[in-house]
Amino acid sequence: MTTTAPAEQSVDKTPSGAAHPHPRRRPGRIRRIGLPYLLLLPALLLELLVHLVPMVIGTVMSFKELTQFYIRDWGAAPWSGLDNYKVSVDFDAPVGEALLHSFLVTVAFTLLSVGLCWLIGTAAAVFMQDTFRGRGLLRALFLVPYALPVYAAVITWVFMFQHDNGLVNHVLHDQLHLTDKPSFWLIGDNSFWALLTVSVWKGWPFAFLIVMAGLQNIPGELYEAAALDGAGLWQQIRRITLPSLRPVNQVLLLVLFLWTFNDFNTPYVLFGRSAPEAADLISVHIYQASFVTWNFGTGSAMSVLLLLFLLVVTGVYLLLTTRGRKPADV
Amino acid sequence: MSSPHSPMAPPRSFLWSRRIFLTLLTGFVLLPVYVMVSSSLKPLADVTGQFHWLPSELTIRPYIDIWSTIPLARYFVNSLIVAGAATVCSVVIAVFAAYAVSRYDFRGKRVFTVTVLSTQMFPGILFLLPLFLIYVNIGNATGIALFGSRGGLILTYLTFSLPFSIWMLIGYLDSVPRDLDEAALVDGCGPLGALFRVVVPAAIPGIVAVAVYAFMTAWGEVLFASVMTNDTTRTLAVGLQGYSTLNNVYWNQIMAASLVVSVPVVAGFLLLQRYLVAGLTAGAVK
Repeated sequence: MTTTAPAEQSVDKTPSGAAHPHPRRRPGRIRRIGLPYLLLLPALLLELLVHLVPMVIGTVMSFKELTQFYIRDWGAAPWSGLDNYKVSVDFDAPVGEALLHSFLVTVAFTLLSVGLCWLIGTAAAVFMQDTFRGRGLLRALFLVPYALPVYAAVITWVFMFQHDNGLVNHVLHDQLHLTDKPSFWLIGDNSFWALLTVSVWKGWPFAFLIVMAGLQNIPGELYEAAALDGAGLWQQIRRITLPSLRPVNQVLLLVLFLWTFNDFNTPYVLFGRSAPEAADLISVHIYQASFVTWNFGTGSAMSVLLLLFLLVVTGVYLLLTTRGRKPADV
Repeated sequence: MSSPHSPMAPPRSFLWSRRIFLTLLTGFVLLPVYVMVSSSLKPLADVTGQFHWLPSELTIRPYIDIWSTIPLARYFVNSLIVAGAATVCSVVIAVFAAYAVSRYDFRGKRVFTVTVLSTQMFPGILFLLPLFLIYVNIGNATGIALFGSRGGLILTYLTFSLPFSIWMLIGYLDSVPRDLDEAALVDGCGPLGALFRVVVPAAIPGIVAVAVYAFMTAWGEVLFASVMTNDTTRTLAVGLQGYSTLNNVYWNQIMAASLVVSVPVVAGFLLLQRYLVAGLTAGAVK
C-alpha cells in the first residue's frame, strides 16, 4: 500500500518506531476534507443505485396506471393520481379487504414470531452463560438453523409438513393419535402455525447470538456485588442480567421486527407463489398483486403504504425506547 | 469465559430448568436436520410413502442422482461466484465507509448513517420492479448486461448486506484504539496505509463477522434471484425448485441437494462463529 502514501512522506520513510524529525505532517487540506467522502463514495453510489433510486421510482410508479401494456415503457403509463392508493385502502372492496386481511395476519405473525424468537434466544443465552460440559457443542448446534440457507431449511420443513408422507402427521396422527385424521399443514388455517413454527425455528438463533454477545459486555463486578448482597442466581438474572440487556434488546427487537415483517423468503419457499389465506404475509401478497395479476401500479402503492407504516412504527418505537436516555449514537 | 455468576453452586431449580429447556430446544433444532440427513439416504419408495424414522435401506443413490436431475453443478458454481464476489466487494466497501464514519468528522455524517440504516426498512418488493427496470435500461443504454447476469445479482446482493455491515463495522472500528492509527500516521503511513496496515488487522474479528453475514445473505436470497436470473445464471436458491416441479417429487434428492448446498455455509459459519460473537460483542451490541 506504499503507493497510497503521499509522495513527500515516502521520501523520508523511517523504520517504524524510530524517532521522527518532523512528528506532525499536514496532509493537504483538500485531501483532508475530501478523503472521508472518497471513502464513502462506493457505498453511497451503490445505495443510490440499488436502494434509493429504485425506491423513488417505485413511489412514482404508485401514482401511475401501470399494467402489463406499459411495462416495456413505464414512463408512458398514464398518471392516475391517488387511484392506486384508493383501491388499496378501500376496505369494502375485494382488493382493499384482502390487503387489510393480509396486513392483520402479518402483524399477528410478526408479534408472535419476534416475541418467541426473543424469548427462546434470551433464555438459551442466559442458561448458557455459565460453562458446563458440552456448552461449546450446543452453541454450535443452536446456530445451525441460522446458518442454513433459507430455501434448504424451509424446504425440509415443507417435507415434514406433507400430508401423506410428512413427519409431523406421522408423529401427531400415527404415533400419538392426537388427531382423527392427518391434517393439512400447508393449506387452510393450520398454515399460520406452520409458518410461525418455521419462522421461529429459523429466527431465534439470531436473538441468541446477539443476546449472547450482549451478555459478555456486562461487567462481572455487578454480579459479585449482587452475590455479596446475598442475591441468588435467579435474582441476579432478574435484577442484573435482564436490565443490563435493555440497550441490546432495543436494537434486537427492532431489527427482528423489520426483518420478520418484510420476510419474503420463508413464506415463498413454504407455500409457493400463492400463500394460503391464513398465512398470507404482506410481502408475498404484494408480490402476487404485482407479478401475478400484472398490476404494478397498485402493487407499488401497497409497498409505499407498507413502508410508511414501518417508518411510523420505527419512529414511535425509537422515540419511546430512547426517551430519558442519552441519544444513541447511530 | 469464566462464570460471571457467584462462586456458589447454582440452585437445583436453575439446573433442572436449564436441563429441561436445553433438551427440548435441542430436539426442536435438530429435528429438521435429522430429517434432512436421514431422508437423503433413503430410497425413493421410503419418502413417497408413510414417513419412517429410519431408512429401510441406506443408499447414496440420491447424492449421485441430484447432479443429473437438474444442472445442480452449474447452479452451484453460479451461487459460489455471486456470493463470493458480493462478499469480497461488500466487505471492502463497508470497511472504507465504516473507517470514514469512525475516524473523520464531516458534514452529512449523520445523514449518511441514518439513511443507510433506514434502508433496512424497505420492503424488498418495493424496489424489485424498479431495480429490474433500471438494470434493463442501463443494459439498453450502455450495453452492460446487468439484468439476467451474475454481475447484476452481485451488485444487488452486495448492497443488501452493506447497511448492516457498515453499522457493525463502525461499532467495531470505534473499539480499535485511535492511538494505533495515529502512531501509524506519525510513522509515515498515509491514511489508507494506516487503515490497511494497522486498523484492518486489529479489526479482523469484526471483518470476518461481516464477511460471514454478507456471504449468507447472498447465498440464501430467493426473491431477486427468482426474477433476475435466467437459465445460465440461475443460483441454487431458485434452481433447487427444479426437483419439485417435476411430476414426481424426489424428496430424497431434494434433501440430499439441500444438504450439499448447506454444507459450505454451515461449515464456514461454525468455523467462524467465534469471530462472529466477538465481532458482535465489540461492534453491534456495545
